[in-house]
Amino acid sequence: MSSILDLDLASARSALQKKEVSAVELTETYLSVMSSNDHLNCYITSTPEKALDMASKSDHRINSGDALPLDGIPIAIKDLFCTDGVLTTAGSHILNGFIPTYESSVTENLWEHGAVMLGKCNMDEFAMGSANTTSYFGAVENPWRSDDRQKSPLVPGGSSGGSASAVASRLALAATGTDTGGSIRQPGSFCGIVGLKPTYGRCSRWGTIAFASSLDQAGPLTRTVRDAAIMLKAMAGHDPKDSTSANLQVPDFESALTNDVRGLRIGVPREYLLDGMPSEIEKLLETGIEMLRTAGATIVDVSMPHTKFALPTYYIIAPAEASSNLARYDGVRYGLRIEGDNLDDMYEKTRSVGFGAEVKRRILIGTYVLSAGYYDAYYLKAQRVRSLIKQDFDLVFDNVDVLLTPTAPSDAFAIGENDDDPIKMYLNDIFTVPASLAGVPAISVPVGLSKNKLPLGLQIIGKMFDEELVLRVGGALEGMAGFKSRPAGGA
Amino acid sequence: MSLDKGTVKRVAQLARLRLDDEQLEKTAEELNKIFTWIEQLDEVDVSNIEPLASVTGHSLPERMDEVTDGNYPDRVLSNAPDRASNFFTVPKVVE
Amino acid sequence: MVQLLKGETGEWEIVIGLEVHAQVSSEAKLFSSAATKFGAEPNSQVSLVDAAMPGMLPVINKECVRQAIKTGLGINAKINLFSVFDRKNYFYPDLPQGYQISQFKQPIVGEGFLEIEVSDGAKKIGIERLHLEQDAGKSIHDQHPSRSFIDLNRSGVALMEIVSKPDIRSGEEAGAYLKKLRSIVRYLGTCDGNMQEGSLRCDVNVSVRKPGEELGTRCEIKNVNSIRFVQQAIEYEARRQIEIIEDGHLINQETRLFDPNRGETRSMRSKEEAHDYRYFPDPDLLPLKFDDALVQAIASDMPELPDAKRTRFIEEYELSEADATLLVEERETAEFYEEMAAGRDKKLSANWLGTELFGALNKEGLSLAESPITAESLGRLIELISDGTISGRIAKDVFVDMFESGEDALDIVERKGLTQISDAGAILELVESVISDNASKVAEFRNGKDKLFGFFVGQVMKKSQGKANPKLVNNLLKDKLG
Ligand SMILES: [Mg+2]
Ligand SMILES: [Zn+2]
Repeated sequence: MSSILDLDLASARSALQKKEVSAVELTETYLSVMSSNDHLNCYITSTPEKALDMASKSDHRINSGDALPLDGIPIAIKDLFCTDGVLTTAGSHILNGFIPTYESSVTENLWEHGAVMLGKCNMDEFAMGSANTTSYFGAVENPWRSDDRQKSPLVPGGSSGGSASAVASRLALAATGTDTGGSIRQPGSFCGIVGLKPTYGRCSRWGTIAFASSLDQAGPLTRTVRDAAIMLKAMAGHDPKDSTSANLQVPDFESALTNDVRGLRIGVPREYLLDGMPSEIEKLLETGIEMLRTAGATIVDVSMPHTKFALPTYYIIAPAEASSNLARYDGVRYGLRIEGDNLDDMYEKTRSVGFGAEVKRRILIGTYVLSAGYYDAYYLKAQRVRSLIKQDFDLVFDNVDVLLTPTAPSDAFAIGENDDDPIKMYLNDIFTVPASLAGVPAISVPVGLSKNKLPLGLQIIGKMFDEELVLRVGGALEGMAGFKSRPAGGA
Repeated sequence: MSLDKGTVKRVAQLARLRLDDEQLEKTAEELNKIFTWIEQLDEVDVSNIEPLASVTGHSLPERMDEVTDGNYPDRVLSNAPDRASNFFTVPKVVE
Repeated sequence: MVQLLKGETGEWEIVIGLEVHAQVSSEAKLFSSAATKFGAEPNSQVSLVDAAMPGMLPVINKECVRQAIKTGLGINAKINLFSVFDRKNYFYPDLPQGYQISQFKQPIVGEGFLEIEVSDGAKKIGIERLHLEQDAGKSIHDQHPSRSFIDLNRSGVALMEIVSKPDIRSGEEAGAYLKKLRSIVRYLGTCDGNMQEGSLRCDVNVSVRKPGEELGTRCEIKNVNSIRFVQQAIEYEARRQIEIIEDGHLINQETRLFDPNRGETRSMRSKEEAHDYRYFPDPDLLPLKFDDALVQAIASDMPELPDAKRTRFIEEYELSEADATLLVEERETAEFYEEMAAGRDKKLSANWLGTELFGALNKEGLSLAESPITAESLGRLIELISDGTISGRIAKDVFVDMFESGEDALDIVERKGLTQISDAGAILELVESVISDNASKVAEFRNGKDKLFGFFVGQVMKKSQGKANPKLVNNLLKDKLG
């Protein structure tokens, strides 16, 4: 049984198409390990009947020679993607019992490619968090355990923590995530898997519950870079229902995986080396630099002077958009409603009970920075700084092909740690937020282990819509790093 | 700058969130820390810098004026916490 | 006209600005593909976007953009080739998103003006801007003792908000401005102008001041839904404000409601509880950009607007100013007129349309569109008068018949044998028989009682059942009596 689970997506795909394993068999295996690993809390909802139904349809197509590219591949969906007829929560109580009558464009694309849905993954409430501890449905556990056995369970990172933990613990072949400031890449790093945030506009946002519209981007969490390329190909595409969706052909990302980095110019921005950062992060970066240099790339020391302002800029823009995006959760048309004496009482009770502390905090920050008298000082100012951050990327990409940075400033920490210090929590995204603000694609690839024997990832950032190069360099790095460690927990 | 309890209360009201006195106190303290941290942006000179609202280079796509959606009140109302025939309902609004 | 109100401390000037919400004529909504038709079943013309379901996104309707540009050109305004959609944030149950997509800092249309005719002449009223925005749904408060009902059919319908400058000085001017604006959007086909169905709604900003002084504090009267109510609300509000100031108090800047039953305005919310809308650019949309070629293409496709038409009617058709003004106010009237008058007597056509047809329609409470007499059919009646087939008197009877039956004029004339008798021999017979029947009257006439001539004409006409050509009757009578 465990041998089937060891197949990555690409190998499972070929095993399925060669009929070495059936889609139903593969799906049943995943469903069974899902139910024996409840304690990880990766899934909010599992959909075994739907999964088996989809799998048998896949088998039918495979057997009749009409196999679709992802036929029979069991995947998990972050519970931010609306799924027709299946409870969708965004990790929040406020969507209590919400069953969409529509399917998000990204998941629709995946089903049209033959993928099989195992269930809906746990996540930080409304994708706000870096530890997956803000979910109404409880914290998600990272399948990795620190060397010190006494230590409490670790966070998987956030906000796509359920997705990352599920993929790392072999409870799904791959998963969808969303990344607003690092929510795919940082959990990827914490869980020792690959996390890809595509260019803003590459994947449709239609039907994905909004956190911060100008930043939100869907992407895959997978075991390998090749799997990420395969998943992205299926998820991406122009969508006329999303005005910000890019009207571009989706390349065959898999064919970009040549492992050839010779002659590439890879920038290492010196601003990503922080004072007080654990030395193992710096060492990991050195390892990555050495590997790429050995493979024939030219490493270039570059400067991106506005990097340090990205995080505070993000913590104005994202909450501002969120405060408005989350105004629709008012107890009138769907989700939770707490009756009140009058309309405002109903609104306030519903929203106060329905939203958790972090979401409320961000709604308050966002409401404040947009309010009369503060808009120019905060929101407009942040938009101007965002211009400068984007400019940093534009300028540096005149000189280099991709950037190499750490993904996160630490390895996974214990559940509960940092919970009482929002700023400390926010700092988790310090290396991922700049690319989000600029809209450029970035991937996190597991490269090594920390002194606690926990995974650490490096990030490759590319030019707008240059996922192919990001994947190529990511693939090369993955190959050289040969990261083979497996978590203690999970299947 | 500092956010006093009154400001936090006003902001919470705008956002239709209810905070009791104790929560107000705690929230004001937290938000003050966050905004003190955010204030490092004061270091950045943004004179003559245009605000960036969207990173997509393209212009607003338009759709044709055709009715291709709607006509499914059941789908619209299927998640309603409270309804009366085909209306959503809310506590009575007195104008 | 500038109307000064007399208070205890002297004369006061009323300063008025109007914000008009005009529903864009389009099949589908501004950001969704649900229908916009009036009067549908509750929540049937609602898409998932209009209901603000999680994850739904707006995509703009091309036609609404074109309609806004067209309207901008119709009000002589600057068209902005770059504009931005913003979110206006507030909570209300008929506002599903918790924000309205509107335009704040950079509207699609900038400054323009309208020319209005009032009793003391023409006047220019400045327009500040026109922007595109979404309509809200509808809250129904009178169906249940403790609950309000929400219908989202209107949610997301495209509106043009047209904001005037505070250039209006009386209820009369406000009425003329609204009529002119309505006339223009109807000519353009960009809004049906129906105030009863809410396609055209008006917020009125009113303040008062002593002539020549600074602007006073204003109050905004929301959603006044007829021109008459706008005028009443202005009258009431101005008097109320003058009284407050003359009593030594200050005006409280606030939003007020007009109660048509009592003819009063009353407070809705004061500035202290005013909203803080937290406008910011909608991140789900991108700036709206188009080039001048689009504006030029729309400009070259504009219909003739009422002012130009009025001038042409006066110059080409030699109509009076009053007739021309009446005929051009509604596009339908002007079109009806031009169709009926084509190749026919222009002044006679104007008279018959203005007096007879409108008189009959008013009496029956019908609109021109519901007229049982078509333009072509009324035109043929004009022809019958002009070519002498029937007299003007007979024509009025024929008209009554036409209005009742919808039958063609000529058919009625033929069926009833109403063709004018222009045969001199036949009329002479009638004249002679009248003269022989009234010998004593003839004697009186010949002795100088000239007034009796009319009597003889009447007798001849009566004998002819009104069909005799009056000119011939006159001539022959003069001959025979002379
Ligand atoms: Mg207004
Ligand atoms: Zn408006």
